[in-house]
Amino acid sequence: MNKFGFEISQGRQIDYDANNRSVAEYIFDKEPSFRLCIECGGCSATCTTGNFTGFSLRELNILIKRGENDQVRHKLKKCMLCGKCTLVCPRGVNTRNVVVLAKKAFQEIDIYAI
Amino acid sequence: MQFEPFIIPFNIGLYFILIYVVTRSVIWFQDLSRPDKLRLQRGFFGVAFVRSLKEIFMESLIHRKILKTNLRLGYMHMSLAFGWFLLIFFGTLEADIFGTKHLNAPYKAIFFKFFNPDHGRMGFEAAYGFLMDLILAFILSGLILAITKRFYSKIVGMKKTTHLKITDKIALTSLWLIFPSRLLAESFTSGAYGTGSFLTGSLGTWFATFLPVKVLAYPFWWLYSVALGTFFILLPISRYMHIPTELFLIFMRNSGIKTGDKAGTFTEVQTYSCSSCGICIDACQMNFSAGITNIQSAYLMKAIRNNDDILSIADNCLMCGRCDQKCPVGIELSPIRMIQRRREDTENNIRNIYKGYFRSRQAILPEKVSSSLNYDFLEENEPEKADVLFFAGCMTHLTPSITKSMLKILDASGVNYSFIDEHGGVCCGRPLMLAGQDKEARELINYNSQRIWKSGAHTLVTSCPICYKVFKESYYLDVEVIHHTQFIKTLIEEGSIKLNFLHKKVVYHSPCELGRGSGVYDAPKEVLSHVSKLDKTNFEDENSLCCGGSLANMKISSPDRRKIAVQAANELTKSDPDILATACPLCKKTFTGVTETRVADISEIVAEALVPLPSKQYNSGQVVTVKELANS
Repeated sequence: MNKFGFEISQGRQIDYDANNRSVAEYIFDKEPSFRLCIECGGCSATCTTGNFTGFSLRELNILIKRGENDQVRHKLKKCMLCGKCTLVCPRGVNTRNVVVLAKKAFQEIDIYAI
Repeated sequence: MQFEPFIIPFNIGLYFILIYVVTRSVIWFQDLSRPDKLRLQRGFFGVAFVRSLKEIFMESLIHRKILKTNLRLGYMHMSLAFGWFLLIFFGTLEADIFGTKHLNAPYKAIFFKFFNPDHGRMGFEAAYGFLMDLILAFILSGLILAITKRFYSKIVGMKKTTHLKITDKIALTSLWLIFPSRLLAESFTSGAYGTGSFLTGSLGTWFATFLPVKVLAYPFWWLYSVALGTFFILLPISRYMHIPTELFLIFMRNSGIKTGDKAGTFTEVQTYSCSSCGICIDACQMNFSAGITNIQSAYLMKAIRNNDDILSIADNCLMCGRCDQKCPVGIELSPIRMIQRRREDTENNIRNIYKGYFRSRQAILPEKVSSSLNYDFLEENEPEKADVLFFAGCMTHLTPSITKSMLKILDASGVNYSFIDEHGGVCCGRPLMLAGQDKEARELINYNSQRIWKSGAHTLVTSCPICYKVFKESYYLDVEVIHHTQFIKTLIEEGSIKLNFLHKKVVYHSPCELGRGSGVYDAPKEVLSHVSKLDKTNFEDENSLCCGGSLANMKISSPDRRKIAVQAANELTKSDPDILATACPLCKKTFTGVTETRVADISEIVAEALVPLPSKQYNSGQVVTVKELANS
């Protein structure tokens, strides 16, 4: 059968039914300011870690909200918690706490297998 | 042998508390690490013992530190503690001198009047009775203050008083009952026998005119005994455990035992030494600026004692250290908070057992952590060789004017320097530590240490007090770590830079991490008074405010942060200065948005005052100091 090249790029469909939004809910619950994020990318622009690698808090925020947790889990550990993102955030999101809570959520998932 | 059934509750309570305190002390001693045990033993036979006795007298009885900060509150504490001590001391003497025989059982002294109702009619006996009444009146005056404080805390000059749990309330009530019941019991007995001095005697005579005092005395002696017994039995599970524990704490501290970074006996003794006096609550900006009143150190100590939700309290703090400075017991509050943050995953390892009378440590399952490094993306590279390193830090990168000014000063001074994080550095690790993630912080510390070693520098200048503190305390470097204010001060003293005098009125805001955190108070002020008219504020040195921007608080919302910043800025700019100077990029950033006054870092002010050098001396690649220039 002929291949028409449809498989070259990965599917970009977001399946909300299959995704697990528990991490996002956990963070919303404990740090309500996370809801205020407008994904402007200010945090990524100033990020200390982002200076060395492709780490982007904006990307992680979006992924967490979509429930695509597997991509977040390991990237998250690169954050140095320096707090520059919190200072530049125009919406007053407590981004440091978001990262800490996300780390904790993943830890709890690992421990209790939820 | 005189025996009365009403002494039973008192005796049960007394012997219970004596046995309990001894047992608890033995357990605490056993839990100490070996070096600390040796320290304590050495302290017991050394100067530390004498010093401790003096401190116990001054602090636990007289309450000198509370008297210094708040006279009325100090009087309240002193009258209860010192008064009660005097009552017991002179009561024992009284029973010994005037009693039927020497060396009586403790209850003989406590209920002396009951057993010797005829005592105190004239001469020396009457004078002694007067003294005892005076002491009782002293205690009762404090008690009236204490009761009023509970319902109306402003009476002793306190804005807030601590919320209590139920056992505290019962213990408090029994404590309150002790002295009035003694007064009434003694008055009734005195009234019946026509004895007693100015207080019990006159009250008794008056009661005798319309009450059957002889019948009434007995139930009140019962009440007195029951109140004492209840108080003693509830003491270990209420905040009054601080009474015996504080003695232990003073002795341990004088023997040279420190909090360190792990929980242990000393932290436990410190948490039990907290009397919930509430001085930390009044000192806390989270309380008086942002109206958050449940996270102060007194509540943290209470949460640790009761095994409540410790973490939500521990994380919600600016770590400004104002409470550390004010604590009259001298508890190392910030280190204890840091320990609690670090223990995040092991917070339930201590359980209160037997209704909280004892604690048990449970074995913790080792946490499953991947051994892989989190920051392996950081590249190893060779830094430039230089004598002096300038480390701006993350926060300074957000305030480029500070970086620019520092570079200008460094250029002008002619030292051989290298700007180590010019192209975006790695975080110093303190923010991670403040979030309780020490393992991750260690990785960054190792990375930065490597770079600093490789540069071969002898001095590390940092612009950010947060970095300064961690470089000083948690890095093991063989270079001298100084904050840029100290560096500028040295430059001025050496004559390496020449400065004009700016005719501007400046107030200085001492950053928490630099001032209370690292003890650098004078260098920044000396630099400022060298270049400008430095004005005093109401919040100097140890009493300085927090700007509210602190990275240490994980939980506070940005509107609350703003409230703290606005109030702090208003307080500091009351004298209407031209410049609000600070020495921390984070403080600068926080204040800039909330005040009309110009906010500037010291380096900016110095750079402004700099006498420009002829241009050929710049960029010559050679190290030329101003002195050499002058000679050539």
